[in-house]
Amino acid sequence: MDDNALTALRRRNYLFTSWPWRSLLYVASTPVIALLVWPLALPVVPLVALLVSLTRESTVDTGTAFVISGVSIACYLVAAPLLALPLAALERHRLRLVRPEPVRAGHRVPPSTGPWSWLVTRYTEAATWRAVGYGTLLAAAAPVFSLFALGWVMFAVALLLAPSIVSGANPIHLVFIEVSTPAEAWPWTPLGLAMVVTTPYVTGLTAWVHGLVAAALLNEPATSARLHTELVEVSRSRARLVDGFEAERRRIERDLHDGAQQRLVGLTLQLGLAKLDVPGDSPAAVTVAKAHEEAKALMAELRDLIAGIHPQVLTDLGLPAALRELADRTALPVTVRSDLGERPATHVESTAYFVVAEALTNTVRHGRATQAWVRAYREKGQLIVEVTDDGQGGARPDLGTGLTGLADRAATAGGRMLLSSPAGGPTVVRIELPWTTA
Amino acid sequence: MTRVVLAEDGVLLREGLAGLLERFGLPVVAAVGDAAALVDAVAEHAPDLVVTDIRMPPTLTDDGLRAALSLRAARPGLPVVALSQYVERSYAAALLDSDGGRGVGYLLKDRVADVEEFVETLRGVAAGGTIIDPTVVRQLLQRPPEDPVARLSAREREVLASMATGLSNAAIARALFVSEAAVGKHVGNILAKLGLPPDDDSNRRVLAVLTYLHRRP
Repeated sequence: MDDNALTALRRRNYLFTSWPWRSLLYVASTPVIALLVWPLALPVVPLVALLVSLTRESTVDTGTAFVISGVSIACYLVAAPLLALPLAALERHRLRLVRPEPVRAGHRVPPSTGPWSWLVTRYTEAATWRAVGYGTLLAAAAPVFSLFALGWVMFAVALLLAPSIVSGANPIHLVFIEVSTPAEAWPWTPLGLAMVVTTPYVTGLTAWVHGLVAAALLNEPATSARLHTELVEVSRSRARLVDGFEAERRRIERDLHDGAQQRLVGLTLQLGLAKLDVPGDSPAAVTVAKAHEEAKALMAELRDLIAGIHPQVLTDLGLPAALRELADRTALPVTVRSDLGERPATHVESTAYFVVAEALTNTVRHGRATQAWVRAYREKGQLIVEVTDDGQGGARPDLGTGLTGLADRAATAGGRMLLSSPAGGPTVVRIELPWTTA
Repeated sequence: MTRVVLAEDGVLLREGLAGLLERFGLPVVAAVGDAAALVDAVAEHAPDLVVTDIRMPPTLTDDGLRAALSLRAARPGLPVVALSQYVERSYAAALLDSDGGRGVGYLLKDRVADVEEFVETLRGVAAGGTIIDPTVVRQLLQRPPEDPVARLSAREREVLASMATGLSNAAIARALFVSEAAVGKHVGNILAKLGLPPDDDSNRRVLAVLTYLHRRP
């Protein structure tokens, strides 16, 4: 089977394939279907009336025409989908006559059962309104094309039959020609023949154009549908990765805290005791004292490392407390204002926390700032966190991985990062994360 | 004789601490491993001092701290020393909020390494003193804050940090290589700048630290 009507048209054996018949069936059934959905052409009527009233001296008052147009368009917008949706379903089946590839409706699945949910979904999706557009086009334009096609066939048949039916008493008028004797009619016969022979091509071409328009409006392109499915899967797997990553961080933190850190504290305690027991002037005293100092330094290092992996205060007391501790640890005066109420999900909290931590580090390192402000609040189902500094500005995401990393981090939690950093400052880093609860 | 209830979920550390305290003449009447057992042990033994880890079972978050706070609410004046791996102002502030902040200590676990000082600290808290880990205080003092504390000079901040660790004026003078009279003058300035009325109550020193810890930026 051919890919579409156009490639079929180019082939030499076109007339001996099923294409002419399928095109004919398609073209011939179009006016019938257009008749079934004729109300969809209604908005064209007041618009035409409006144009007429605007362009000509008319008895219809322009204002009235505007009101009538407005009201009828409003009624149309409410009712049209109810007619256009079954039409679109029917047309998708009919479209298979001239476009053998599968046709996808592209409608969304309503979030819950029940007519209300269905209505809301349908009235708010693009596929429905594309169907309405198609229905209107079909109802308004199909009669014109059908009349043209009908006229074409009748003209050809009349030319072919003319020699046999014409007589002096029965002259035939065909728009721009008039024949009254068979002798006058014969020269036109080849034209009639030519028109009959080309009819399958004309219907084929018409069907192809119609099919192209119908597919553009009624077919959700396969690639788009597949991409959509893939994107959903990608964002789900990304969310799983982030959750897994977060869980892993906490596991590592817990293992280090409950294992290595506890034993190290025990060890330094033992060394502290040993220091008391070893006589001060013995050679061992120096060694023990040295080991003791080493163990204490190691303890401080390990503590910093663990705090960097996952801050305990974030788990215990939530984001506002963790942000205050973070401000305490920053080498700049940082003013923290947070107003969250309940706590969001763990991954939202830690994403916000690490983004603020990174932003403050950037501020200290590059911003030449003397002060910073952190604001965290909830707005329209989102957690908004803003880090502002009074530094020199001019921060650009393309100059390092830091800012890009922040944006990535926000994106993996389904949010985004916005940066404003004009030369001369101030720099504002804003993170918006969807507020989910655990 | 200061009788101690010890709560710590790490077995090795618990035994190490118990041995240490016994050795320095602080009998451990109960050594437990979770927050609920701590509450039961205090009810049973009515100790003179509670030493507890902050992170403990069952939830492995701040169970130890919360148990300590409820114990102090039920028994005002019960001396409590909380040990933590973390430098967290919020935890220290919560402890100081309980019962006027007297007889509490918030220490990093690192402190147990310096055995004698650690035991002295415990004795100080048992006697009603208030001790916040120097690391916590130092962190608060490191950054130039935007509140009354900003009016303190660098030297005054040093003195305040030392006060927070429970040192006497004499000890502060030795540590900073200045005369005791100079320390007294600094302390007076600090209290004045922080708007704390001078009186004879030694609790003023705690109030000065509290001003820090409760600062909500």
